[in-house]
Amino acid sequence: MQPNNKKIFRYLIPVFLILCYIAYSSVAVFGQHESHEATADSLTTTTHSEEAHGAEAHDANAHGAEVHEEGKVDAGKLIMEHIADAHDWHIATVGHSHISIPLPVIISDDHGLKIFSSSRFEHGHATYEGYKLEEGKIVAVNADGSINEHASFLDLSITKNVASMLISVIFLCWIMLSVAGHYTRNKGKAPKGMANLIETLIIFIRDEVAKPSIGPKYAKFLPYLLTIFFFIFINNLFGLIPFFPGGANVTGNIAVTLVLAIFTFVITSFNGNKSYWGHIFMPPGVPKALWILLIPIEIIGMLNKPIVLMIRLFANITAGHIIILGFFSLIFIFGAMNQTLGLGVSVLSVAFTTFMNFLELLVAFLQAYVFTLLSALYFGSAVEEHHHEEHH
Amino acid sequence: MELVKPGLGLIFWMTITFSIVLFILSKFAWKPILNSIREREDSINNALNSAEEARKQMSALKADNEKLLNQARAERDLMLKEANDMKENIIAQAKKSADEEGRKIIAKANESIESAKINAMNELKAQVAVLSVDLAEKVLRKKMEDRAQQESFVNENLKSITLK
Repeated sequence: MQPNNKKIFRYLIPVFLILCYIAYSSVAVFGQHESHEATADSLTTTTHSEEAHGAEAHDANAHGAEVHEEGKVDAGKLIMEHIADAHDWHIATVGHSHISIPLPVIISDDHGLKIFSSSRFEHGHATYEGYKLEEGKIVAVNADGSINEHASFLDLSITKNVASMLISVIFLCWIMLSVAGHYTRNKGKAPKGMANLIETLIIFIRDEVAKPSIGPKYAKFLPYLLTIFFFIFINNLFGLIPFFPGGANVTGNIAVTLVLAIFTFVITSFNGNKSYWGHIFMPPGVPKALWILLIPIEIIGMLNKPIVLMIRLFANITAGHIIILGFFSLIFIFGAMNQTLGLGVSVLSVAFTTFMNFLELLVAFLQAYVFTLLSALYFGSAVEEHHHEEHH
Repeated sequence: MELVKPGLGLIFWMTITFSIVLFILSKFAWKPILNSIREREDSINNALNSAEEARKQMSALKADNEKLLNQARAERDLMLKEANDMKENIIAQAKKSADEEGRKIIAKANESIESAKINAMNELKAQVAVLSVDLAEKVLRKKMEDRAQQESFVNENLKSITLK
């Protein structure tokens, strides 16, 4: 029974830590909300039930359905808020108080590094150390409270996306390291359980993506390809979980896809052989006069590849989130007009969203696969040997 | 558009995190996993190859056995044939010698019969001669009882004898 007990502990410890953090932050947030509500009540009219009192004014900073004074739901704003990054991790809204985890804010400016909790901003109501939240973004403010447009500072905060990515990455490493452990323990035996599942995907990437796209030199690129595949796949799946620890839009954030695309681009460039660079800067089989025209085209083509990678993943995942959120917004838009209508629409919305979620599961895998496949193809073009060109 | 503006902080954290993940997974996950998958595939391939080899050896062994069996069978057949031949030879020879012996015995018997016959004949001849002489004596004696007759005979014989 000893190994079994150990196993349970391995599962329990991270879960326990996460629970502790949630509990701690919830208490902290509740405390702040109480005091905040007391002082801010004169400024803000909070609705007790957003659907029932749709006509009532509502604080625009709330994360639930935004109901404005005209009785209209601003679905666009709601969706963008969900898709965009944030400095706190909103979990749920109960009545008029929001349960959210404040995340650390890290700002680097002329005065050095400033690290504090995002709860200090009180959801945009307070200014702290010369900064405040404006539309979910940190901006520098002057002494009189106006926004300082010219202040230069680096916002390196652990945002919702960073936190979600860290969680998914820890999850990914934990899975892969335990699978690796399984392999070292059961050398030469058939894989079981999680190892079996992971092995299927690993062999799929190796035999269907890396080998045919790259050729005999595939082994060198395989670790990177496996890492991006599982990284994107796991983050896509986490993005589909509607609440903590999912709910963030990591792979649907252009900064994340940008970094992934840059990694692919850098690896491609560093592994480009003579014929790869020759094709770009000395296009073979073309009169030299045309090089003036062709070289810029080739360079654009080279830079185009990572940009396409970046936009494809970002757009696909973001689009999926927007569609799902759009269906949910329909409930509140119609609900604001008429409660019964909202209930009727909710049935349709839930049905469509269920369908979309299934589709998104497919997309989650597909986009991870496509990103990996295209990266492999670019690596393949970088290491491919062209012998026939010399004869022209 | 806020959506397509990559945030610097996220780029920073993403680069660091992804690099670390890439390093950790490459070193501690992909390497052992890929190695053991390859090892297992190799061992499966080897096992299949050696099974194939064993099957080939088996069939070769079987063919060898078959050949040996056929050889043994042929040898047995040959031996049987030889024995048969020998038997027939012996019988033939025995027959031949028996025949010869028989013939010899018969010839010997014939010979002895012949010689016995000759002896008997000779004896008979002698007997007949003795008897004829006796008879002739008796006849002569009877005939020579008369003197005149004796003289005539002697004279007759004397006449036939011519002196040279």
